[in-house]
Amino acid sequence: MRIALFVTCLNDTLFPATGRAVVRLLERLGHEVVFPRAQTCCGQMHYNTGYRRDAQRIAVHFVRTFSDAEAVVVPSGSCAAMVRDNYRRLAEPGSRLARQVENLLPRVYELTELLTDVLEVRDVGAYFPYSVTYHPTCHGLRMLGLGSRPYELLQRVRGLRLVELPEARECCGFGGTFAVKNADVSAAMAADKLGQVSATGAEVLCAVDNSCLMHLGGTAQRAGTGVRTVHLAEILSSTEQEPTVP
Amino acid sequence: MSTAFMGMPGFPRAARAAVNDAQLRSNLRTATRTIREKRDAAVSELDDWQDLRAAGQAIKNRTLRHLDLYLERLESAVQAAGGRVHWASDAAEANRLVTRLVRDTGESEVVKVKSMTTQEIELNEALGQAGITAYETDLAELIVQLSEDRPSHILVPAIHRNRAEIRDILASHMAEWGTPAPEGLTDDPRALAEAARRHLRDRFLTTNVAVSGANFAVADTGTMVVLESEGNGRMCLTLPRTLISVVGIEKVVPSWSDLEVFLQLLPRSSTGERMNPYTSTWTGVAPGDGPEEFHLVLLDNGRTNALSDTVGRQALRCIRCSACLNVCPVYERTGGHAYGSVYPGPIGAILTPQLRGTTAEPEASLPYASSLCGACYEVCPVSIDIPDVLVRLREQVVSQPGHRSEKAAMRAAGWVLGGHRRLGLAQAAATAARSVVPRRLPPPASAWTDSRDLPSVPGRTFREWWRDRAEGKESGA
Ligand code: SF4
Repeated sequence: MRIALFVTCLNDTLFPATGRAVVRLLERLGHEVVFPRAQTCCGQMHYNTGYRRDAQRIAVHFVRTFSDAEAVVVPSGSCAAMVRDNYRRLAEPGSRLARQVENLLPRVYELTELLTDVLEVRDVGAYFPYSVTYHPTCHGLRMLGLGSRPYELLQRVRGLRLVELPEARECCGFGGTFAVKNADVSAAMAADKLGQVSATGAEVLCAVDNSCLMHLGGTAQRAGTGVRTVHLAEILSSTEQEPTVP
Repeated sequence: MSTAFMGMPGFPRAARAAVNDAQLRSNLRTATRTIREKRDAAVSELDDWQDLRAAGQAIKNRTLRHLDLYLERLESAVQAAGGRVHWASDAAEANRLVTRLVRDTGESEVVKVKSMTTQEIELNEALGQAGITAYETDLAELIVQLSEDRPSHILVPAIHRNRAEIRDILASHMAEWGTPAPEGLTDDPRALAEAARRHLRDRFLTTNVAVSGANFAVADTGTMVVLESEGNGRMCLTLPRTLISVVGIEKVVPSWSDLEVFLQLLPRSSTGERMNPYTSTWTGVAPGDGPEEFHLVLLDNGRTNALSDTVGRQALRCIRCSACLNVCPVYERTGGHAYGSVYPGPIGAILTPQLRGTTAEPEASLPYASSLCGACYEVCPVSIDIPDVLVRLREQVVSQPGHRSEKAAMRAAGWVLGGHRRLGLAQAAATAARSVVPRRLPPPASAWTDSRDLPSVPGRTFREWWRDRAEGKESGA
């Protein structure tokens, strides 16, 4: 299959390893990955902060960039949810954008959806010899309804010991500009989440969203906690020959 | 909403104090977690919960769509049953009405059934100014009243207090308000409840006027419905000679059979009970039974404004179960006072700005008092999409004057993200400066780096790697 990668602006700029991991993983599974150069961002930050018009412009650009794609993979739960859930709300009913959105949406997948639902693979042949706990993230959990998909993928990674995260459903406190606008509450939420993560004793915290991981990883680093944050794609791309080192 | 919450700082500032109050946070965490678990258990017993939710949503939507019709029907039914109906467009008018009605009885004391609507209009304060004392009879409400505190939860107003604090409040303040607490009161829940019972019993037997709200008002029959767990409400609704119910116009439901849905949704969502302990209904007046006089004050106070907003109007479906408060991670860390409104938590964050407008604080900051995690929407028994309304209200806030630096930053970011070449240039600038990007930033960005380290900027963006790879500068990853 020919899959268009929407790497997301955050991954592109700060977490390029995640994008590289997606490419490596999908190519290893025998698929072709294309990277439409014109892509920029999904508009989530603008939309969530109340800048609807800016978000609309970004959405127009997004649907135009990906209109021809056979499938679009998004290695970020919140960006996938932005496109899938909120583009509909952004587009005026009956508008051109609305038609384009309806046309494109069924082909937009978060990474674990693409793997399990479209490519129908659960064992991706990965090797990652660490104890890992998974934070489901609010967008992955509630907006996308990823359910057991990430766990099914993780369970089949050789060497990996999956440790259950208590109170996994609770938000980590990132919330985009929430982390700045309500910094105290956001920090308190991150600290509590990190406490739960530490209690599992896992070496690695993983998620399908680098924004949550950035928030938790930054908190862990400041607090001097040993836990490391790794995007799920990087775990799934890891092999004996070319291991991902957390 | 004037006196008690006047001058409340914006949410972030009020929240900071709460977040740093360890006792408060631990009280809240324990309490919300307990209710949350109970609610989950009660809801998971029902296979048709999602259908019930959909039914509740549909009934409320239909009623709100034809609100004028159902309100008129309610008015006629109440009058036919011997009650009187009064219309209040805002808090001041409602307070004037109730004050006059109480004065007409010649009394200067009223007992109150716990009611959010009378708190919203600050009725107790208004009555107090007119020389009328209002006595709260719900245990938690009583605790709040005795300690001159403010409620911090819709259902459990004293949720921010633990047992030891409650014991101290009853022991030291009950005497000022009537029957004192017994000597040597302990913090055993039974002892606390017994002290309140004795105190309240005397009150019920001597007060001739009661003021209540209502959870539902049935249009067809003119019936008011109150759900409570202690039985105090029932005492207020039956013993006094005059009953005045202050009810928001959105509380109307078309017919008695609609209650079937809500009497399942509400108790399971709010207290995690299968059935509500005390459900009282009353219709007008009946000779020799209950109050001799019944007044219904129908309150607008911003509700028709909310109704005119196509996205925001769904907030009027709220049945005040408080499930959204109990699951909200923000509420759990701040408690209700930080919201500067009688409606705290997620529902407060969307209802208060709609009822009062978004120009002043704390209303302007309330739509941002959420990480948009969606837990509130997930539990809401009438499926109010709170995150969607929050975003809508944020749009309203940023369209007002102000927010200049944020608007500029957003516009700049929008411009950069508007084309990949611009994004590439911005990334190149970030990469060039990566060695000098500190882990801690000056204000306002310090809000982020006060408690978190920024990730280091990598040497090459993804897009550069992709280009290099395509040009054969690099083979694999
Ligand atoms: S918004 Fe929904 S969950 Fe919150 S109090 Fe109202 S009905 Fe309950």
